[in-house]
Amino acid sequence: MEQPILTINNLTKKFGYLTAVKDLSFTIHKGNVYGILGPNGSGKSTTLGIVLNVVNKTQGDFHWFDGNTSTHDALKQVGAIIERPNFYPYMTAEQNLKLVCKIKGVDFSKIDEKLEVVGLLDRKGHKFRTYSLGMKQRLAIASALLNDPEILILDEPTNGLDPQGIHQIRQIIKDIAAGGTTILLASHLLDEVEKVCTHVVVLRKGEKLYSGRVDEMINSHGFFELKAEQQDALLELLESNTNFGKINIEGDLITAFLNEPMSASDFNKLMFEKGILLSHLVKRKESLEEQFLQLTDNQSN
Amino acid sequence: MLRLISLELQKLWLNKTSRVLIIISFILPFTVLILSSIKINFFGLFTLELGELGIFNFPIIWHITTFFASYFKFFFAIVVVSMIGNEYSNKTLKQNLIDGLSKKEFILSKFYTIVFFSLCATLLIGLASFFIGLYYSSYTEASIIFREVEFLLAYFVKLVGFFSLCLFFGMLLKRSAFALGFIFITWILELIIFGLMAWRIDGDFAGKIFNFFPIQSMYKLIDQPLQRVAMTKFPEKGDLAYDYAVHWYEIAIVLGWSALFIFLSYQLLKKRDL
Repeated sequence: MEQPILTINNLTKKFGYLTAVKDLSFTIHKGNVYGILGPNGSGKSTTLGIVLNVVNKTQGDFHWFDGNTSTHDALKQVGAIIERPNFYPYMTAEQNLKLVCKIKGVDFSKIDEKLEVVGLLDRKGHKFRTYSLGMKQRLAIASALLNDPEILILDEPTNGLDPQGIHQIRQIIKDIAAGGTTILLASHLLDEVEKVCTHVVVLRKGEKLYSGRVDEMINSHGFFELKAEQQDALLELLESNTNFGKINIEGDLITAFLNEPMSASDFNKLMFEKGILLSHLVKRKESLEEQFLQLTDNQSN
Repeated sequence: MLRLISLELQKLWLNKTSRVLIIISFILPFTVLILSSIKINFFGLFTLELGELGIFNFPIIWHITTFFASYFKFFFAIVVVSMIGNEYSNKTLKQNLIDGLSKKEFILSKFYTIVFFSLCATLLIGLASFFIGLYYSSYTEASIIFREVEFLLAYFVKLVGFFSLCLFFGMLLKRSAFALGFIFITWILELIIFGLMAWRIDGDFAGKIFNFFPIQSMYKLIDQPLQRVAMTKFPEKGDLAYDYAVHWYEIAIVLGWSALFIFLSYQLLKKRDL
C-alpha cells in the first residue's frame, strides 16, 4: 500500500447557515495525481483552505502524512497555490522567493533552479507588480516547488489565463507529475482533470459524490452508436435484449447503453446472425464530462 | 526568533513607504534634539540657547528627551498599522500561512519587530541624551547621570504598548486608515468617559480610573516635564510640585495592556477564516 499523504475524516465546515463542506472523507496516497472536481461553490477551495490551515473546520478532522506531524510543520513539505498568486507587489520575484525560503527553511540556492523550471529566470530581478497574470501564476508554481514538496496542491491553476498560458501551466504540471510528485488539483474544468489526473473526488454542494479512479467513476459498460438500413428491426431487437438499457434515437443514429459488458465484435456477430447489416458501429465510453453530469444529475433527482 | 524578525524586516525594508517612514521616525527626533541643543543666533538680535534653561542637565534631560521623542512614535505607528493592512490587502497573510508560517509565528514576527524597533529607538535616544547631557551638564558624577534613567525604560514600554495597540487595531479592522482613525476615536472616547465620570461622580476618582485606560496609561508613563522645568526655576512656589516619577504600577498597567492586545490579535487571527 502506498503511504498516505493526506487523510480527511468526516470534515464539515459551516459558514453561518451555509454548509460549505459536509461530512467529507477521503485519503490521498503518494505518487498519484488527484483531482477535486466540482462546480463553482461546491466546497473545493474551502476543503483545501481547511487542510492548509487558513480556514477553521467546524467538525471532523484531518491529518498530514502519518498523523504525527503538526499541520504547520507538515505545510513545510507541501507546496500550495490557492486561487490567485499572492506575493508582495513591491518586491522582485527573487526577493519574494527569498521570503518564502525563509518561511519554509529552504536554502536560497533553490530559487534559480525553480525559476528555471517555470521559465522566469531572466525576469527574476523585475518587480512582481510588473508581471502578467500568466507569469504571476508561474511564479506561484516556482514558489510552491521551492521546498521540493511531497505534494503540490493547485487550486484552479489555469483560471483566467489565455490559451497559451493554460498550455504552459498544464505542461509544467505534467512535467512535475512525471517526476513522481503527488499532485492535488482542484478544478471545475473537466477536461483539465481528465487530461492530468488518475484519481478524482467529485464534490457537489459540499458533499462527496464519488472518489476513486477517473476511469471507474461510473460503473458503466459504455454504449454503442449504431446505424442500419433496417432501423425498426434493429430497435425491436435491442429492446428485447436484456443486455441493453436505455436507447436513444436521434435521426438515424441509435445510441444503446449496455447493462453488461459486450464487445463490439460480439455485437456485430449477433446482428449478422439476426440478418441486420450495420452501416455504422462505434463503441464508446462516456467522457468525464458526460459521467460528471450523469453523476450530479442522479444525485439531484 | 531571528528568523521571524528577518522575515518582517525584509517585508518592511523593501517597501518604499515604510522604509521612508522608518527613516523619518529615527532621524526627525534627532534633528529636533540636535537643533534644539545648539546655540541659534537670530540675525544678531538675540541668541536662543535652550541649554541655558537647564533642560539638558542631568538628570532632567532623561525626562525631557523621552517625553518629546515619544511624539515621533506616530510615524512608526503608521508603519505598524500598514504592515497588517498590506498583508490583508495583498492576501500575503494567507500565502504566508499556506507556506508554513503558523498563526502564532505570524503575530510573533510582528511583535518582535515592534520590540526590536522600540529597543533601537530607546537606545538611540538614550545615547543622544547621554552625550548632549555630558556636554551641557555641570554635574558629571555617575550617580547623578544615571539617576532617573528609568525614563528610558518608561519610553521603551510606552512605545511597545502603543505599537501593540496599533497592531491590534490593524488586525481587527484589516485596513490601515480605519485602524488609525479608530485609535484616534479611542483616545476621544477615553476623554469623554473621563469627562462624564468627573462630572457625574467626582474628579479624584475619575482621574484614578482614567489612568487605567489604554491610551492615557501610556501617556501617564512619562508625565509632561514643563511643570518640572518651571519648578526648578521657581523653587519657592510649592503649588507647582507634582508627581512626575515613573512608578512600577504605571509600567505594569501598560505591559498588561500590551500583553492583552497581542493575545487578542492572536485570538482574532486564530478565529478568522481567511
